[in-house]
Amino acid sequence: MMSTPSRAISLEDQINKWRTYLRRRQAIHTVDVAELEDHLREQVAGLTGAGLATDEAFLVAVKRMGDLDTLSREFALEHAERLWKQLVVVPSDAAGPESRTQTEALVAFGLAAVAAVAVKVPELFGLQIDRNADIWVRNAMFFVLPLLTGYFVWKRRLHAGVVRWLVAAFVVAAVFANLYTFSEESSNFVLTVLHLPIALWLVVGVAYAGDRWRQVAGRMDFIRFSGELFIYYVLIALGGGVFTAFLLLMFEMIGIKAELFVQQWLIPCGAAGAVLVASWLVEAKQSVIENMAPVLTRLFTPLFAILLVTFLVTLLVTGRGVQIERDMLIAFDGLLVMVLALLLYSISARDPQAPSGIFDVMSVVLVVSALLADAVALWAISARISEFGASPNRVAALGVNAILLVNLGWSAILYTSFLRGRSGFAAVERWQTQYLPVYAVWAAIVVAVFPPLFGYV
Amino acid sequence: MEINKDLIAASSTPIVLAILSEADSYGYAILSRVRELSAGGIEWTDGMLYPVLHRLERLGYVEARWELAESGRRRKYYAITAQGRAQLAEERRQWQAVDAALRGIWQALSQPGAALGPMSAVPLIQPAR
Repeated sequence: MMSTPSRAISLEDQINKWRTYLRRRQAIHTVDVAELEDHLREQVAGLTGAGLATDEAFLVAVKRMGDLDTLSREFALEHAERLWKQLVVVPSDAAGPESRTQTEALVAFGLAAVAAVAVKVPELFGLQIDRNADIWVRNAMFFVLPLLTGYFVWKRRLHAGVVRWLVAAFVVAAVFANLYTFSEESSNFVLTVLHLPIALWLVVGVAYAGDRWRQVAGRMDFIRFSGELFIYYVLIALGGGVFTAFLLLMFEMIGIKAELFVQQWLIPCGAAGAVLVASWLVEAKQSVIENMAPVLTRLFTPLFAILLVTFLVTLLVTGRGVQIERDMLIAFDGLLVMVLALLLYSISARDPQAPSGIFDVMSVVLVVSALLADAVALWAISARISEFGASPNRVAALGVNAILLVNLGWSAILYTSFLRGRSGFAAVERWQTQYLPVYAVWAAIVVAVFPPLFGYV
Repeated sequence: MEINKDLIAASSTPIVLAILSEADSYGYAILSRVRELSAGGIEWTDGMLYPVLHRLERLGYVEARWELAESGRRRKYYAITAQGRAQLAEERRQWQAVDAALRGIWQALSQPGAALGPMSAVPLIQPAR
């Protein structure tokens, strides 16, 4: 080296500063910084070898590395899972981030207020919640989800073409939600109420992911968003419960019964508005709090795996038969949904580049044992299924079971081939994100086709 | 020479995969090789190579490992996988089709009289796969 010791120190200083500066970029992780630093040093060495002074060489090397904003945006696009904690992909023309955050809060709370008011609008036309509960319950989603979709249309600045499709989807859904007449106790009514939100949630997803809906990363972000939204919503609901309890208590003390206000105003309006507030919180607070869904997944994946393995072993050892109950299929559907959720949220938080580890083995054990348990249940029930008859409930339960079995079965195969080093983790991710529309299509079929198929029972 | 961004993005995969199919390599050496191959005609912004490498790694086309370089620093080496070689063959097929089409049209433009002859032999538009 030609450089004197003092110069060498100053190069180290400069590289230190550059490294610290780079580390502040959340999209660029420490290992990447190390990789880039190796590059920078190599470049400096090459340039000094060609006759440049060390500080000149450093400047040229930094310049050749490229603009750091552009660089970290590229890293962010490639590693969306890292940035998710802080608002996916910062728009390059960020015109005053401060004012943008404020506008967003205003829009979100404005929409939340609209949702809260919208819930009460039908009453103006003589539709009381308590007297017309069936119409109200069927349409409950339409007070909230179009507004939530609108929020993302505004936030992602979606094109008019996409917006037309979103509007059309809601109109079609509203038609099918109200097209058929059946009594409140009919199973088709319950199925419609349960499945309509699932179908509509995909519409929200298309708006959420915007231009990135066709990409694995875009859909994965939507999965992350859904999990966090659920958790935030539950937390807000808990807070709301405490608030309501205090409200009732305090007015009780001065002899005023506030029950009617709570039932007719506070709970329905609050529940509607809270969806938008929770969505905004998830969007805005990603950087402050670690994502909760993956944390819960880490806790419960081993527990569920142990539970299922123990269940299977007990079944084998004791040779007990499975009790055939009418609701057994629904219980196993619930189990598979739970396992799928655990799998989905462990995938969503996983660094796709990381090598396979003990947790991955645990996930495979969980999925395989859930599949075995479900197979036992299906085998037990298969003999009696014709005896029970093909009611809409049973067909819906079987359909869900089949959809989940296909998903988990193929996941298990992909995951195993990843564990054995035959393929990348990306295949598991891609499979899950590509499967998303299947749930919505099935839900739409249940809402649109089942009632005429089963005679509106 | 300024090469447009889309063209750089499209060509980076086959270039990087091809260089790695020669031998395992690391970022700086890959960039040097690109400069050498294009005689300085292609100038990538250095940093931008790394997101590309990470994307190829995620897709399973390359594998990365950390090794101690002769400088004593840890260095991330990349190696092409079997899947990467298959992808490279596929990219090569596509690029050759594009290249053949362009060559045909350049030739036709430089000698307007002889345009009819070779044109029919050139697959200008590949059927969608």
